[in-house]
Amino acid sequence: MRKYILDLVLRRTSEPCPGYVLLQLTDPERPLPDMLPGQFVQVRIDGSPSTFLRRPVSINLVRRECNELWLLVHVVGAGTRALAGLREGAMVNVLLPLGNGFTLPRLSDDRLLLVGGGVGTAPLLYLGQEMLRMGVRPVFLLGARSASDLLQLDLFRQLGDVYLTTEDGSAGERGFVTQHSIWQTSQFFSAPASTSSHPFTRICTCGPKPMMMAVARLAREKGIPCEASLENLMACGLGACLCCVEDTTDGHLCVCTEGPVFSTDKLKW
Amino acid sequence: MADLTTHLGALTLKNPVLTASGTFGYGTEFADFIDLSRLGGIIVKGTTLEPREGNPYPRMAETAHGMLNCVGLQNKGVDYFCSHIYPQVREIATAVLVNVSGNSPENYAECARRIAALDNIPAIELNISCPNVRQGGMAFGVTPEGAASVVRAVRAVYPKTLIVKLSPNVTSIADIARAVEAEGADAVSLINTLMGMAIDAERRRPFLSIGTGGLSGPAVKPVALRMVWQVFEAIQIPVVGLGGIMNATDAVEFLLAGASAIEIGTANFIDPTVSVKVVDGINDYLARHGFASVSDIIGIAHQA
Repeated sequence: MRKYILDLVLRRTSEPCPGYVLLQLTDPERPLPDMLPGQFVQVRIDGSPSTFLRRPVSINLVRRECNELWLLVHVVGAGTRALAGLREGAMVNVLLPLGNGFTLPRLSDDRLLLVGGGVGTAPLLYLGQEMLRMGVRPVFLLGARSASDLLQLDLFRQLGDVYLTTEDGSAGERGFVTQHSIWQTSQFFSAPASTSSHPFTRICTCGPKPMMMAVARLAREKGIPCEASLENLMACGLGACLCCVEDTTDGHLCVCTEGPVFSTDKLKW
Repeated sequence: MADLTTHLGALTLKNPVLTASGTFGYGTEFADFIDLSRLGGIIVKGTTLEPREGNPYPRMAETAHGMLNCVGLQNKGVDYFCSHIYPQVREIATAVLVNVSGNSPENYAECARRIAALDNIPAIELNISCPNVRQGGMAFGVTPEGAASVVRAVRAVYPKTLIVKLSPNVTSIADIARAVEAEGADAVSLINTLMGMAIDAERRRPFLSIGTGGLSGPAVKPVALRMVWQVFEAIQIPVVGLGGIMNATDAVEFLLAGASAIEIGTANFIDPTVSVKVVDGINDYLARHGFASVSDIIGIAHQA
């Protein structure tokens, strides 16, 4: 896919949960380029000497009807704080679209379970939107520390079925996403015995690495293909610096160009 | 339009702006952003005789005005380059140079010999200054004898333009440059990265997988500029300057210090279009100051 360097305009900035910022960006000149769920953008941060490099941010949503690109950012350091401090109307320089993206459903009877934790839920929103557009209703399993950390829940519920876990039990089931009772539901995880049964054909996951590793283990046990989106530290985002490599069955591969989405069979987890 | 052509030995570049090895892939990664034919040249990724996996992750740490890396020369080896990469890069309408690394003089020479057979690669940059590999790399570049031994072996088998990339992690870079010149190098490039490290205070451990890494970016520019200045005074062969060049003004400073060409490295990560902006900016500078050609400003800060 052709990549672009664009000056986008920040149309709206908001705080969906404390510690997170949602940037709604638009290109006032022309339609935004094609972007796939799971791809990411490299956002330029200007000003501070400690935020020298761009920051990779996954694509949270592309809203074609209003030409908007959404980036959901967890504010953790100087770079993300700078993004959180941007005012509406600010110019934001981005490289996009980068990386490969999730495998989209091929058949309408493909059943995908999208498992996200923390800010890792961000790219699953766009994936869910595009799946629904293709006629496949997504099923989300989302986890967070507590109810107040669950991001964009209303939007996920508009797209598909949502199952929740929180570590403190304040919403959904108590525990981690891998402890949710959905994993024991035969309707989802056994061969179709009747027409009412729809087992999952693939799992897509994004979140903290320990969570994704646990999801990958469960998927392997149940014999379901699994894709995970990684977020290794990177400099260029273009496959030039070779800093973001992940150890795979094919050797060191760049997360920015060979990923960020990998089949978990390929990862040395 | 000023005359931007510049010379490194027998190699003529259409302008003095090269992209530094390890920061620009094989050029093709940047083709969506810029017209590669506008560059003076592209120096592709460090290539070794055998394939190398490089160092474990994490390989990068952001620092004040710069970054550390410890990639460790990950590449698929010279034969893969010749069979798979060369057919793509040979069509790029600019000088494509290969950065060559190794672990013994013989090993460097064999890699160089295989690249010498490629018609459209007019020059190599010999990397005797990688700080991130245990064997070879910088080990050769920190003594005049070590540097000379590698250049001697490569010069014997490589007839085209030979540029030697020098390490700043030495007491006297001018001594290394003289040793390399005496063995028949056509040019030197400097600086490679400065050895540094970062420590993760929360985890109480070095941040990078191998502990140390090479520092690049604007943080190193004053050091690089000083070394280019000193080496220009020490040798007769051309100097290629690099280290923290972020814009055309930085590039012009290196030309004034004595560089016949410059390389853009880490800046490519922040702005993939920066290299062509520097070409335009050098041209604007020459016009603004009434110089007809870039060769008119090389080293002229020494005349003051």
